[in-house]
Amino acid sequence: MSARVNEKEIKAKAPKAPAIERSPAIERSPWLIHYDASSCNGCDIEVLACLTPLYDAERFGCIVTGDPKQADILLVTGSVNNLNAPVLRNLYEQMPEPRAVVAIGACAYSGGVFADCYNVKGGIAQVVPVDVYVPGCAARPESILDGVVRAAQILAKKKKELRAGRRRAKAAGGRK
Amino acid sequence: MSYDKLLFALAYIILGPLAGGLLAGIDRKITARLQGRIGPPILQPFYDLRKLFTRGLDPVNRVQIPFVASHLVFAVTTGVLIFMGGDLLLIIFVLTLAGIFLVLAAYSTGSPYGKIGADRELVLMMAYEPMVILALVGLFRVTKSFDFWGIAASGKPLALLLPGIYIGVFLVIIMKLRKSPYDISTSHHAHQELVKGLTADLGGPALGLVELAHWYESVYLYGLVLLFWTWNPVAAIVGPTVTYFLVILVDNATARLKWGMTLASAWIVALAVGVGNLIPFYLGRPW
Repeated sequence: MSARVNEKEIKAKAPKAPAIERSPAIERSPWLIHYDASSCNGCDIEVLACLTPLYDAERFGCIVTGDPKQADILLVTGSVNNLNAPVLRNLYEQMPEPRAVVAIGACAYSGGVFADCYNVKGGIAQVVPVDVYVPGCAARPESILDGVVRAAQILAKKKKELRAGRRRAKAAGGRK
Repeated sequence: MSYDKLLFALAYIILGPLAGGLLAGIDRKITARLQGRIGPPILQPFYDLRKLFTRGLDPVNRVQIPFVASHLVFAVTTGVLIFMGGDLLLIIFVLTLAGIFLVLAAYSTGSPYGKIGADRELVLMMAYEPMVILALVGLFRVTKSFDFWGIAASGKPLALLLPGIYIGVFLVIIMKLRKSPYDISTSHHAHQELVKGLTADLGGPALGLVELAHWYESVYLYGLVLLFWTWNPVAAIVGPTVTYFLVILVDNATARLKWGMTLASAWIVALAVGVGNLIPFYLGRPW
């Protein structure tokens, strides 16, 4: 039998846990808005599946709002074309800072099977900056939920950066 | 006026949001369980509110925030009047004023969704006002008082003497809390044809103020429910709790009505069970 190790010794040797930083409230209540650019609707059905009892997006604090002014995360399915690019841009610009964009599925990434169509511009990154890509054709509800949770973490990071930036600006203003 | 009533009003102002937020959180949890989901944490409404107030203030116009703030102020005033033992007749006016300010805020945005939500909120106000008045008439007829504490101290089994009025008050609560089948103006659930009507284009802190007012409202509404059950401590706990669960059950078991049906059903219930309940009291009741 190996020598018994004193529990107190282990505790003393263990590295100290980093001080828990309070995460911004936004991470605990990421509200979503869903926009369907031109897709086959496969991914949209999966996005709706996320809200059903089986996948239960609300346990992460998600609420699907119909209003970009109240939303924190923009979920986009499908590729952009010339007609809906301004709509997508408009939705994105109406969202308050910090905001995150999740591109769901192959079409939102690159245009997918529609990439060669005469009217398709390609992935949504042509129009809005994307934070998280969710793979799949169609994307599965589990991976969409994973994407949303990651987007919420990115939002928290952006919020901290925004705050730090504001503090820096304040300090710089004070020195003048 | 005695100091303890003032203390009650102060407690309502300070503890009201806590109680209202908890009511909303438990509501969301029970709703999730009814649908077979895990649901959000019970403190989720507080996380939501904290987030809304940390969002940048970016109103679509300059009058929106004053309107929404007035809505909050008059919602709180309604509760303060009730718990301070003010005249309950006065609360009808303050209650309406609070509602009107929210409608004005929705109209001011210019959003078509906001406009349709505001229209429907006016229909809802038309639907519940007669029942509120009938309820006060009923309470006065039995207890000879328009004062919250006077009615509470009457010691009469109001819920049993006024069952029809109580059913009407139940509908008023569903309408005021915007629950199905009367959630025509705005909804808590994303399965309606109009999810955010009244609150469309109210972003960040503006929506936070509306949410806060909603919590204050739910506290005084359940305070009024409690009024019907004050004759016995067991009834005072069981009655409002069962009513709270029933409201959630009805919310989950029914679909949204059209505005015409909303108005018709609310008025028919008020006329049939509300007035029906009052008739014996005016025909020389013995009890």
